[in-house]
Amino acid sequence: MDTLRSQTSRTVLALGLLSGAFILFTGAVGMIAAFHEREVVDRFISLGQLLLLIAPFVTGYFVASRLHEYGEAPAQILVAGLAAGMLTALPSVVLLLFNSDEFRFLLFLVLRLAPFVAASAIAWGRHQAGADTQTVIGIWLLIAVLVGIVTFSFALIFEIKGDLRSVLVNIDRDWVEVITFDNRKDLPVGIATFGLVSIAAGFAGCMLHLMPNVPRRALIYGLGITALVGAFGETARLILQENVDRDTLREIFRRDTLRQHAALALFVISTAAGFFWAMYGSQVRQSFDNIDTSNRRRLNMIGLVIFVAFMLLLPWLIGRTLSDVAVTIGIFVLMGLGLNIAIGLAGLLDLGYLTNYAVGAYILAVLTSIGPLGLFKGTFTFWMVIPLALLAAMFAGFIFAVPVLRMRGDYLAIATLGFGEIIGKLAISDWLKPLIGGAQGVQAIPKPIFFGAELKNPEQLYYIVLVASLVCLFVSIRLNNSRTGRQWMAIREDEDVATAMGIDTARAKLLAFTLSAATGGVAGAIFAAKVGTVFPNSFTVFVSINVLSLIIVGGIASNPGIVVGAIVLIGMPELLREFAEFRFLLYGALLILMMIKRPQGLIPSKIVTHEHQSGVKAKLAAAE
Amino acid sequence: MALLEVNEIHTYYGNIHALKGVSFEVDTGEIIALIGSNGAGKTTTLRTVSGLMAPREGSVSFDGEEISRTRADLLVSKGISMVPEGRGVFAKLTVEENLDMGAYVRRDGDVKEDLKSAYSLFPRLEERKKQFAGTLSGGEQQMLAIARALMSKPRLLLLDEPSMGLAPVLVDGVFDTVQRIASEGVTILLVEQNAHMALQIADRGYVLQSGEVAISDTAANLQQNETVQKTYLGID
Repeated sequence: MDTLRSQTSRTVLALGLLSGAFILFTGAVGMIAAFHEREVVDRFISLGQLLLLIAPFVTGYFVASRLHEYGEAPAQILVAGLAAGMLTALPSVVLLLFNSDEFRFLLFLVLRLAPFVAASAIAWGRHQAGADTQTVIGIWLLIAVLVGIVTFSFALIFEIKGDLRSVLVNIDRDWVEVITFDNRKDLPVGIATFGLVSIAAGFAGCMLHLMPNVPRRALIYGLGITALVGAFGETARLILQENVDRDTLREIFRRDTLRQHAALALFVISTAAGFFWAMYGSQVRQSFDNIDTSNRRRLNMIGLVIFVAFMLLLPWLIGRTLSDVAVTIGIFVLMGLGLNIAIGLAGLLDLGYLTNYAVGAYILAVLTSIGPLGLFKGTFTFWMVIPLALLAAMFAGFIFAVPVLRMRGDYLAIATLGFGEIIGKLAISDWLKPLIGGAQGVQAIPKPIFFGAELKNPEQLYYIVLVASLVCLFVSIRLNNSRTGRQWMAIREDEDVATAMGIDTARAKLLAFTLSAATGGVAGAIFAAKVGTVFPNSFTVFVSINVLSLIIVGGIASNPGIVVGAIVLIGMPELLREFAEFRFLLYGALLILMMIKRPQGLIPSKIVTHEHQSGVKAKLAAAE
Repeated sequence: MALLEVNEIHTYYGNIHALKGVSFEVDTGEIIALIGSNGAGKTTTLRTVSGLMAPREGSVSFDGEEISRTRADLLVSKGISMVPEGRGVFAKLTVEENLDMGAYVRRDGDVKEDLKSAYSLFPRLEERKKQFAGTLSGGEQQMLAIARALMSKPRLLLLDEPSMGLAPVLVDGVFDTVQRIASEGVTILLVEQNAHMALQIADRGYVLQSGEVAISDTAANLQQNETVQKTYLGID
């Protein structure tokens, strides 16, 4: 029983303080205050406040699920949820107190007392362990001096500067305003509100976990969908504005924010839908599984037709702004499919993929531009240059592959990274300035013209990207199942053994790099036509890293995974543009979280799934 | 004329002189064992023969043709097939896909037939043909590696430490199989630390010592040789 107790309290303490640290951190970097600007539900809750609620709520849920595993009683679990909520609020409350004029003395008190308390605690511990008096006194002095140096210097800084803002610039009025739920003037009330809200959220998270399966899943769907639509209100409104009339739109949104009754309706509807899915979902899936082969094929065909129709109609459903995002996503899907040939199939870690992108973009720019740098001033059209861009990129891929053929793994990655950097520097160099304009880049690139119509809107460019991606997807699928694909897989597994099978590894690797480069060239050309100008600072190492990340997040060697990866990693940041400063923070956090929780990717390929499962099985076997 | 003639080869790893003039020959239909301790140059010899490494001096001829400068992947279609050390199955391909890879260089249509004969040689593999090779046991992986090497219809099969990492029971099975393959007319060059087992199935043997051939004799004589007994067979 004692071990259970200590396990329980340790779990609650660890998870609670972790989420407390999360709230403190997001506050200190200014995320909470920035998110407060965006309302999720009109005059009800902001994104910042939602963040303050979600942390204890999710923590409460996880605490409950852990304690449930330990075999704790429901009553105990609910108490633990309250505690977790409180712990979530605690670090921020402490900071709040330190920051307030009334309680600033507390900070000084703590800083002054800290060395003595710390030294005494450690010395007491030593004393209990049976150290002699001399040692105990020595330890006390040592700790007191060491901690004292740190805390006194902190205290000095605060005293001179006056407040915490000199150190933590984002711990400001706005932060206090959000965290006290608009009770900045009346701090005790504010702290109480914050604490109570946090505790209630922790409790609610626990409650959710204790519910029976069906209503729990229904509520998760309901809350999740409502929060998501609210948080991406602008996107939701843009989609709706294409499909409903103005009055209805005004009924649902106030500017970019969900109105209260609309949010409530959405919550009710999505909860109800979630309820039905939780009740009957498995039955529906089962009846799908029972469909016989011929009917299944027919069903698959219908599904395909619906999918194609949807993809064709997409720009008219989502409107201009989102079509623009879709084009960007498509460009990255193209690159992802290409790079996947090198990384996913042949196992060649290529970090210089931007080379191909840059080559494609500059080829199109120089050949079609009607500006001063255009070589032919409109003689060449977009359609004529696309195959050239493809060939040029393939050639670049081939040239760069030759020197690195003998390299493997990490060495290959570093060498390709170097090539990518060289290309970036060349693009901005004075040496190539007469040709590609150095830092000014190439301007005045005309839009593609299709049977006399200029494709100048993202809605129209979308179709170019769509067709290119589909072609690329088709080639990619065919390659996957071909003799060539097999030969790449053998090289990925073991180069020496592949040679022993009679595979010419040098030729196979050259082919992989060359084909992989092709789509990069097309993507670059489309990008250049879309933007209308080509600047060297579009071609940084981040392009290569983005493409690599989207492959890994989506699921390596998985074609649908690449599409999903591009939507998540390229689309999401575009939609989060208003939180510009935090985009990369979120991006990084997402990457880390993904690699811990789902290393096989969002839609893993069959092989990778197997590998991870067998890894888990091996671990289980080892544990037994 | 011997099927494989290795003549005074010198192979280097950078500056390290690994093989210092190794010569031996393998006649058609023979089982030849290269034995020796760790670092004697057994695997290097095999890698040189199979073309994964090139000798700096000396010659290797296969069926009368000089091959010491021929790339490894081209040797496979000439009829030399290797079972690499540590088996080297493609873990993320299925058993059948692994066997298909073995027939990579083959352009004729008999692969289906050969698949059948591989399965008849190793019935266990047929039971597991849809499994990923990585999920097989060590012994099964060794079988798969051998079966895969046979898929290219080699005249000369190079085996690098087939007993490595296998339980003693399985080792017997592997050597039985090697003997059976030899009886079907495939010439075998075997590198083995387990000298005892290797000499039992081999016709002739070469003892390698720090990159040189120290002793060469028939397997039966080697088993009786006092030095060999002391150093490699553990008999006093």
